Amino acid sequence: MSEPRSTQEWPLWEVFVRARRGLSHQHVGSLHAPDATMALRNARDIYTRRSEGVSLWVVPAAAIVASSPDEKDEFFDPAGDKAYRHPTFYDIPDEVQHL
Amino acid sequence: MTPTPEQDFDALVESDQRVEPRDWMPEGYRKTLVRQIAQHAHSEIIGMQPEGNWIGRAPSLRRKAILLAKVQDEAGHGLYLYSAAETLGVDRSELLDLLHAGKQRYSSIFNYPTLTWADMGAIGWLVDGAAIVNQVPICRCSYGPYARAMVRICKEESFHQRQGFEILHTLSHGTPAQHEMAQDAVNRWWWPSLMMFGPPDDQSPNSAQSMAWRIKRFSNDELRQKFVDMTVPQSQVLGLTPPDPDLHLDEETGHWRFGEIDWSEFFAVLKGDGPCNQDRIEHRRRAHDEGAWVRDAASAYAEKHRARSEGVA
Amino acid sequence: MSDTLLAPDVATYALRLGDDALVLAQRLGEWVANAPQLEEDVALANIALDLLGQARSLLTYAGASEGQGRTEDDLAFLRDERAFVNVTMVEIANGDFGVTMARQLCFSTYQLGLYDVLRASSDETLAGVAGKAVKEVAYHRDHATQWVLRLGDGTDESHNRMQAGLERVWPHVDELFEADDLERRLSATGVGVDTSTLRAPWDAYVDGVLARAGLTRPDASWLAAGGRRGLHTEAFGHLLAEMQHLHRSHPGASW
Repeated sequence: MSEPRSTQEWPLWEVFVRARRGLSHQHVGSLHAPDATMALRNARDIYTRRSEGVSLWVVPAAAIVASSPDEKDEFFDPAGDKAYRHPTFYDIPDEVQHL
Repeated sequence: MTPTPEQDFDALVESDQRVEPRDWMPEGYRKTLVRQIAQHAHSEIIGMQPEGNWIGRAPSLRRKAILLAKVQDEAGHGLYLYSAAETLGVDRSELLDLLHAGKQRYSSIFNYPTLTWADMGAIGWLVDGAAIVNQVPICRCSYGPYARAMVRICKEESFHQRQGFEILHTLSHGTPAQHEMAQDAVNRWWWPSLMMFGPPDDQSPNSAQSMAWRIKRFSNDELRQKFVDMTVPQSQVLGLTPPDPDLHLDEETGHWRFGEIDWSEFFAVLKGDGPCNQDRIEHRRRAHDEGAWVRDAASAYAEKHRARSEGVA
Repeated sequence: MSDTLLAPDVATYALRLGDDALVLAQRLGEWVANAPQLEEDVALANIALDLLGQARSLLTYAGASEGQGRTEDDLAFLRDERAFVNVTMVEIANGDFGVTMARQLCFSTYQLGLYDVLRASSDETLAGVAGKAVKEVAYHRDHATQWVLRLGDGTDESHNRMQAGLERVWPHVDELFEADDLERRLSATGVGVDTSTLRAPWDAYVDGVLARAGLTRPDASWLAAGGRRGLHTEAFGHLLAEMQHLHRSHPGASW
């Protein structure tokens, strides 16, 4: 194999796009850029070239703290049996309106 | 008893849910995905070359704009796919190094030259058409990031095939010289397009495992047949003839039956003995090497400015 | 159109601006699949597409104002070198990324100044084209600015290459601001822009970028001139040969 040709890789950034006013930013993918300024511009060129957005966030991928799949039971299962947090849990007589 | 990670993984795949980057996964699954996504990404960026070859010569400004936008999409699609591969713990730069060193593949179709303008039509209609047939099932692939990248790509690619069809339709119904150019392009691209689905099922050793993992949903031969069934009626509208004397409609099944594919050509091109294998890789390496000083400069600038802003903080 | 007496002038004027955009789009198209990083392939293609869009509107309008039934494609593909009236800056070879970014900085700063004034043109079509293009070109200038800063203040090598890029482009700067009678007539009637008025703001912006990037403003001894009169560089004929050959090989064909 020839010598590795790539020098230091530009850092990875995660990209979030607000599709239109009233919606929250959604993760759409990632890209490489040397710094935040260029990351925003690259995101504009790559992820909004078909008018997909009105606002962009870029976040260094290394800055994201994620929950671990190993802990998913402790994290997410306890919420599963608390049906009283959902409105359908409650029996209301049919004739009651606006509730 | 709590299930093992492996049981968790199998259950996810079995129930047609998506595997996400931080989930446990078998090493073979991860490796297969890295190889396949990288090959797919490499195909997008190598595929920019045969079409980029005609941007400067597009015969109308409208066609120039369309072609430029299409080749740009390919860069974007390469990018989406490299991003998906990176969620599996590899860097894009590693993958590019493997491509440049000839250790990872890209679709052999791009080792054929684009000799006339009609090739832009044939690539859009046949090559992108075949790619779409291959890719649509991957939108439901078990690996979440790959499936999501594919959804985006398939959505964007729908114009690629249409513009190719339009080019060929215009040429086929244009002057005699234009018609001849279109037929010649179809003659050259037809068989390589059929080969894009990979070797026949009985010679495709990894398919069964990929199907079990739901990375792959249909066999090579099933997809190839689907493509031919879609494409032959379109060729009639185009007024162009696929170069296959054995092509005929099987009235009983409704399928178009096609002649024997020359697999020796397929394996030769795959091995590196195609007309453009060397050019494509050399082109990539040159662009990459000539860009090194630019990438280094941007890294150095970012470093300096980080240091300066931390210095004043 | 405001005045039919002005039509031939307007046709030439639209042709000038259209040729600038077309030729630069053609050059930038050469970068596709050759950029330093995949993200940059996408960025340069975006800029080329913006310019091509401007060129198409302007050439179409030039053909309409001329009144001889010539389409955008007739004008793009069937004129010879001496009939092209773009400035020479846009036709010089891409060189390395430093040359291309120097040309982008110099040209987009000029074009932004021009379109910004042209937005208020008494000619509705020109005003409309400029109004749309001014947003595109503001982005082009920003893109070039970001790169000139990074290359100028990056590594020693990039600094030297960026400086060399500026030296390569600089002889073509004065030509951008060379006003002639046609331009003065159109500017007097509120249709066109007197480019000589754009020089001072151009200097201020570009000098500011060069200073931040640690680059030296070149001092060109030879100055290009005459693009607007159809006097071009040798490289330009080759650009046209590539761009036009297929179209010309099939006279009268549709594509």
